[in-house]
Parts: sequence; C-alpha cells; structure tokens
Amino acid sequence: MVELKLTDYKADKHPDWCPGCGDFGILSALQMALFELRLDPSRTVIFSGIGCSGKTPHYLNVYGVHTLHGRVLPIAQGAKLANPHLTVVAVGGDGDGLGIGAGHFVAAGRRNVDMLYILYDNEVYGLTKGQAGPTLGLGEKTKSLPKPNPQGKVNPLLLAFASGYTWIARGYAYDVKGLKELIKEGINHKGLAFLHVLQPCPTYNDLHTKEWFAPRLYRLEEEGYDPLIPPGLPPEALEARMARFQQKALEWGERIPVGVFWKAELPTFEARLKAYLPRYPEAYPAQGPEAPLDLEGLLQEFAL
Amino acid sequence: MDDFTWRVGGPQGGGIETAATLFARAVGKGGWWVATKREYHSNIMGRHSYLDVRLGRKPVASFREKVDMLVALDGETLARHLDEVRPSGVLLYDPQVLELTVHKLPMLDHRVAEALSERFGKLDPSLKDLLAAYVESGVQPLPYPFEEVADRIGAELGVPSLQARRTLNTIAVAASLHFLGFPLEPLLEALALQFRGKVLELNQSVAQAVYREEVPKLSFQLHLNGYEPGRVYLTGAQAAALGKLAGGLRFQTYYPISPATDESTYLEAHTHFPGADVMVVQTEDEIAAVTMAVGAALAGAKAATATSGPGFSLMAEGMGFAGMIEAPLVVTLYQRGGPSTGLPTRTEQGDLMFAIRGGHGEYPRIVLASGDIQDAFMDAQKALAWAWRYQTVVVHLLDKFLASTGQILPQETLKPLALDGERRLAPKEGKPTPYARYAPTEDGISPFAPLGTPGVFYWMTSDEHDPLEHITEDPVLREAQMEKRMQKLLTARKEIPLADQYTLFRDGEVLVLGFGSVKGTLLEALDHLEGVGYLHLRLLWPFPEITHLLEGKRLVTVEHNYSGQLADLVQQETLKRVHHRVVKYNGRPITLEEAVEALKAVKRGEAPGRIVLRKGV
Repeated sequence: MVELKLTDYKADKHPDWCPGCGDFGILSALQMALFELRLDPSRTVIFSGIGCSGKTPHYLNVYGVHTLHGRVLPIAQGAKLANPHLTVVAVGGDGDGLGIGAGHFVAAGRRNVDMLYILYDNEVYGLTKGQAGPTLGLGEKTKSLPKPNPQGKVNPLLLAFASGYTWIARGYAYDVKGLKELIKEGINHKGLAFLHVLQPCPTYNDLHTKEWFAPRLYRLEEEGYDPLIPPGLPPEALEARMARFQQKALEWGERIPVGVFWKAELPTFEARLKAYLPRYPEAYPAQGPEAPLDLEGLLQEFAL
Repeated sequence: MDDFTWRVGGPQGGGIETAATLFARAVGKGGWWVATKREYHSNIMGRHSYLDVRLGRKPVASFREKVDMLVALDGETLARHLDEVRPSGVLLYDPQVLELTVHKLPMLDHRVAEALSERFGKLDPSLKDLLAAYVESGVQPLPYPFEEVADRIGAELGVPSLQARRTLNTIAVAASLHFLGFPLEPLLEALALQFRGKVLELNQSVAQAVYREEVPKLSFQLHLNGYEPGRVYLTGAQAAALGKLAGGLRFQTYYPISPATDESTYLEAHTHFPGADVMVVQTEDEIAAVTMAVGAALAGAKAATATSGPGFSLMAEGMGFAGMIEAPLVVTLYQRGGPSTGLPTRTEQGDLMFAIRGGHGEYPRIVLASGDIQDAFMDAQKALAWAWRYQTVVVHLLDKFLASTGQILPQETLKPLALDGERRLAPKEGKPTPYARYAPTEDGISPFAPLGTPGVFYWMTSDEHDPLEHITEDPVLREAQMEKRMQKLLTARKEIPLADQYTLFRDGEVLVLGFGSVKGTLLEALDHLEGVGYLHLRLLWPFPEITHLLEGKRLVTVEHNYSGQLADLVQQETLKRVHHRVVKYNGRPITLEEAVEALKAVKRGEAPGRIVLRKGV
C-alpha cells in the first residue's frame, strides 16, 4: 500500500458537532490510531449508530457505515464475520449502545467477535436535545431535564464484564493521546474489545463537565493495576482479580479511573465457528462459494 | 384406488410425525406420489397433532376434506376427528381408549367437548358413544390394540416391553398397510431410510411380525403403483433451504421462531457438504438477524435471514436500512396466523400487505411468493439473484402450510438456475480514493463495491445522502436519490421474465386469482370446474401488468386471510373490481372440496361477495 500521512485519514467534510464537543477528541484519537497502525483505508471500516457520535465515520477517510439507532453492533459483526480480513471499529453513544441497543451489547459479549466497540458516554441524548441517557445517575438533573432523572444508571464496564467482553477499558475524550493508545490496543486485541469513553457534552450536560472530570481522573497503571488475566489463573486468584475489577469499575465520584480494566484471552467467535465451518476463516462468506454445490449429495437424504 | 388419504393422530412428541414419514416413504417406495400435511400445536409434548398423507398416481399438492383411513393413537383423536372419515372409510383405534370419556381428555379444547356433549345429549359422552357415531356415519371400525400388539411381538422377539413400545409407530403403519393389502417389501425399504443398526433390525422384525398376523380384508385395497427411481420426498422449508444453497447463499441469520426455524436448522446441519458451507448465526433477536445479514451483505456475502410473524415485524426497520443503503438482502418470510403471537403453528397469508408496504418511508422492494415445494426451491434462487441484481430487499413469501408440507417430486425438478446480473465495481490500484457509490444511473443500479474492495472507500448512511453517501437534507439531492432507488423497481418489472411474474394456468369467464400456497389446491380444483380459469401471481411487488388478462372476467380471489389482501392489491393496481373474495383465516389450509364448492357457487352466480371457508380440525 502507498504510504499515507496522518492527514490522509481525515475526510474533507466539516464536522457539525457543537463547539467544545468531546466527539472532536475521540475523532482525533481515532484518526491518529488508524494512522499509527498504518491501516489500509480500503480494508478498514468504521460503523456507527445514530446520534451525534453516529456522524464519526463521515469525517474519516476509510470505509464508513452510519447505521441505525442501536443496531451498530449486529451490523458490524455481520461484516466482520463475512470478511474477517477487515479491521472493524464500531462506535456509538450511551443511548445507542445501552438504551435501545442494550440487547445487542450483551449478545456481542457472548460472541467475542474480533473488533473494537467504542461507547461515547455523555449521559444524555444530545441530538434530541438532552434527554436522560442510560448512564445518567438516579436523581441527577442536567440543565436540559425538567425534573431529576427517575431512572437509575447502568454501569457500562460491569455490563461488558458480565456479558463476556474480553478487553474492557475506559478513556477520556479530552485525553486524546491516552485515548489513541487505548484505541490502538483495542484494535489489536484478539476478540471483542470495549472502550468506554467519558465525554462531556458542553451543550446539555452541565453536571459532568470538563472542569468536573479534570481533577477526578487518574490512570489505573499509576496504581500498579494489572488488567492482564493470564490463561489458567487458579480460581481464587481469578476471583480476587474479579473483585478488584468490580471495585475499580464502580469507583465514581472523588476519583475516577481510566485505562485498561480487563484483558483476557478467550477463543474468538471466528475460532469457535471452526466446528461448523472447518475452512473458516481462510475461506469466508464474502469470497463466494469455495466449491460448486453438491446438490446431488444433499438430495441423497431425501431420495426414495 | 387412485386417490387415498391416510391420517394419523395422537399426542405431540409421541412419534406420529415419524409414523407419517414412514407411511409416506413406504407408499413412495411402492411407486405412489404423496403429499403430507402436518397440523400441530405450539407445544412440545402432549397436545393433539395429526398428519394427512395423500396418495396419487401423479404428484399431489392438495388435500381432501375427508380421509379414507384414520389411525387414532389416542382417545383425543377419536373426539377431534369425528365426521372427518368418509363413509365406508376405516377407523383404526386402540380399544382400550373406549374406557375414556370426553372429560377425561385433558387437552381437548372445551369448545369441542361442549359440542360433543350437546351432540350426544350427555354431560360427558364416552368414547363408545363416539365410536357408535363413526359407525353410524358408515365408517368401518377396526379395533387394534397397539400396545398389546407391541408387547406380544416384543415377547416373541425377546425384547422388553418398554423397548417394544417404542415401535408403536411402526406397528401403526405396518398394521395400516397390512389391512390395505399393501406388500411388506416397500415398508421394509422405507424403514431402512429411517433407521440404522439395531433399531432398524427391531423395527423391521416388528413390521414382519405384524404382517404375519391374519387380518380381515378391507373393502378397498392399496396396490403398488410402479416404482420409478429419481424421486425425492422433502418439505417446503427444506426446498427453500436447498434453493438458497443453489442460489449461492453464504450467510444466514435467524432467531428461533415457528415455523421459519426449520430452514435455518437445516442449513446449520449441512455445512459440511461441498458448496454448502454457509455461516449460520443464531442472533439475539430478529432485529439483530436482519441487521447482521445486512452487515454481511455489505461485506460482499450473499446473505439472508428467515423469519415468521412477530419476527418480521421486528425486521421492518432493518429492511428499510438495506433499502436505503442499497444492500442486497433476502428475507424469507414463513407466514403464520397473526396478529401478535396469533397461531404460531398454523397457516395464513396475512402478511402480504405488510411484506409489500411494512416499514416507514418508501424504498424499492421485491416480493415474490412460492406456490409449492418446487417453486420454493426455484424462488429462493431467484430471490438471491434479484437481491444482487437490484441491490435491494427481496421478500420471499412462504407460509406454514408450505413449510411443513412434504411432497414426493421427481428429483429433476430441483435444478439449479443459471442467474446472474450483479453489477460490481472493479477493484482499483494505488492510494484508496473515495468512490461515488450512489451516483444516479439511468436504470437506478450503480456498481456495488463490498466493504474491503481495494483502492476505494466510501460512506453509507441511513440518512438521506449525496452520491458519496454523506448526509444531506438538500431537496434536489433528495429527489435524485429517491428517484435512483425507486427506478430500480421499474427496471426490475421490465427485466424479470413474465413467466416469473405470473402464470395463467387456464383462462375462463370466471377468473380466479391467487398467490402462494393456494396454488396446488386451485390447480386441482380446475379439474372439477368448467369455465373457470386460474391466474397464479408469483411476483407481488412490483405488481405485474395483468390488467389485460382481467378484461370482462368475473374475478375471484382465494387467499388465507380475513380481509382479502390480494383482492385489495389487485383492485388498487388494475382498477378492476374483484367480485368475490374467498377467504379463510382459521389457520387450516383450504381443502380441495371447499375450493371447488366455493368456485362452483361463483360460477352459478349464487355466491356472495365474501365467502368464508371454515373447514379444518
């Protein structure tokens, strides 16, 4: 492939996000990660859901699929399974992934398809003018809400863990360099990687702003936290690691951790499919039939 | 006899399906053509289920109202099928059920129990009363103690009772055939198709033992029909699955739902055959099923999903997405009784309008319906080819009746079609550049570039878009894209051969219009009608140009739904009035007699505008 520059990954399209939106930081981090990994734009696909975050693919010079509200994960998985040589990144907001798309979020974890899912979490439905998202806490009231939120929040990291995601991390939209590293690691991870991005919404979320986050965030590695779960860890050791994960995933308020929380190795869905399709992934659905159909052979069981 | 129907009824999970398959294969081995109809409850075990095996001297695709022989494996069958056996037909039953009363049949619907109470003038009629009623209507009762026979034969063969009783189905089939004077050999051959090893040996010994016993000769006998090789016995769902394979399917998704699941599980079980290595993914719901298939299609895989009723409702948005971004997608829709959960295991054609119109906004979609098992095989291939030719959604309509009906066909009728016409972008070399994938063209079709096509990249969005598929709300660009997409429908109607759009099987002053699984019944009905023609619609959308065929005719539609959706569609598209709507919505397929009677009344000019058919158990 021809050598590409960082700017080659940026599309000639002006983003229509609000000034100061966290989406800009995530977009820059994505652009840098794609460049540093030297990914071929014609083998790389960014899938997105609906909402402000859904516009991300339009601003990057790789294949982009801006899908439906909540359905980014099944669509991205379908493409990756059909052509396992694609590098697939799926992005979407908290409402997209954990509200309307929550069922798909859980099911994707059960499969462990080799791709990265980035959840932009600003706790509100921005594009429809700031209704409460599934990650906004009970009783919290952003300036866009007429009354405090009567519904509780879901913890994205714990849900990802319970669902079986094999790489779980959190980043911050304004820490572009840190986010870029996490995106690179998530893309390189073998299996389904989940990156939770804390993202202030300067227009509708006046609770969790840039100023609110800045003094609270710290990196897990600063505390010597080790996310790597080596294969064959004894049950007690594994339980202790799970307890530590849970403690960190629930930490919110005075101190909020970012970094990699969990990194485990489990057979990918692609590998598991070998039982059904022995020649997969060397031969894959997007290639078309490998051999002419043995219709005669198939009809044997029906023959009289 | 040239026309014979054997019915077996019993509790679900009791192996009556095995019995019917065995009977069908045995008479098939004896040269008969058969069709097998399956009626069952949404239940795993215990509720009433029955199957009809209809025999003919040429391929059979419809069913009679009355059966010639009823095999009742339990008491409930006696209660449910009273009046279903023709006069001088035969009832084979286990005399021990005569000890029962109607109220001791826990799974019997109250409605049936009450009707029996009223009919017999007793609070709780006994099955002896019922048997007397069979006899009174001219049915010949044949008591046959299935379990006792199993135990006796088991003792003879040195097999424990429990094991011997597992062969009750074989005993029921063997006894039926023996009574009918049918030779033993085809049954032994049929058993060899069904069982292996020790189980086969046991079942064959049991069949032989049944045949050794003296039985009274019936007034009618079943002879061999001259065996011809090269025939297959399969269901509509299996034919559709095979058609998908023949059409080059590579990726199938599904969420378990009756009756569509049979197709996907067939595919899952056969991926080891050359050319059949389809990736089958069971998804978390039908929303994921349809959208995952779209994702696979975008990457270049021939992809499809299969569903029924509620699942199709969930797919509406995903289908619109495929239409918007011009992804080739096949949705195989096995209709069942609706609305809501409805009648999950009974047949209906209530989704016609939804298949054509369901979803928000407008996009080009192609809807075709299969009339029989051979059609299911052919149409599955066409559906995939058209999805890729027109880069849009193709809905392939089938229904529960067709999905679960088995039929013997000449194997040569299942031939792969050579269909092509895909328009793809050639890969490019050098630095990847944006590709204007959605640039308008005259016929609406623009070269498709699957994700991963080298040398290019582009965007797709469910929003309205410009030729590069960036979001736009510009009125001029909107018009151009809407017109590009919808043009594909006009192109399709022009290109799809007329033989794939409709078939005028016979013309007549009374012209019957139908689609889907009414085909077999209506074609046979024509043999009993004069001056009545049949126009079978294969392509439902874009709607074929048929107005010229309807001029001056008395028009009748026959369909499995309440309102007469086909009638509405025909009127809308041709501006011709449909004079009679024959409808049926009790979940049971239209019988030959019902169709003939209704159409005779139309022909005589004595029929109302709306004729509701109500037969079926």
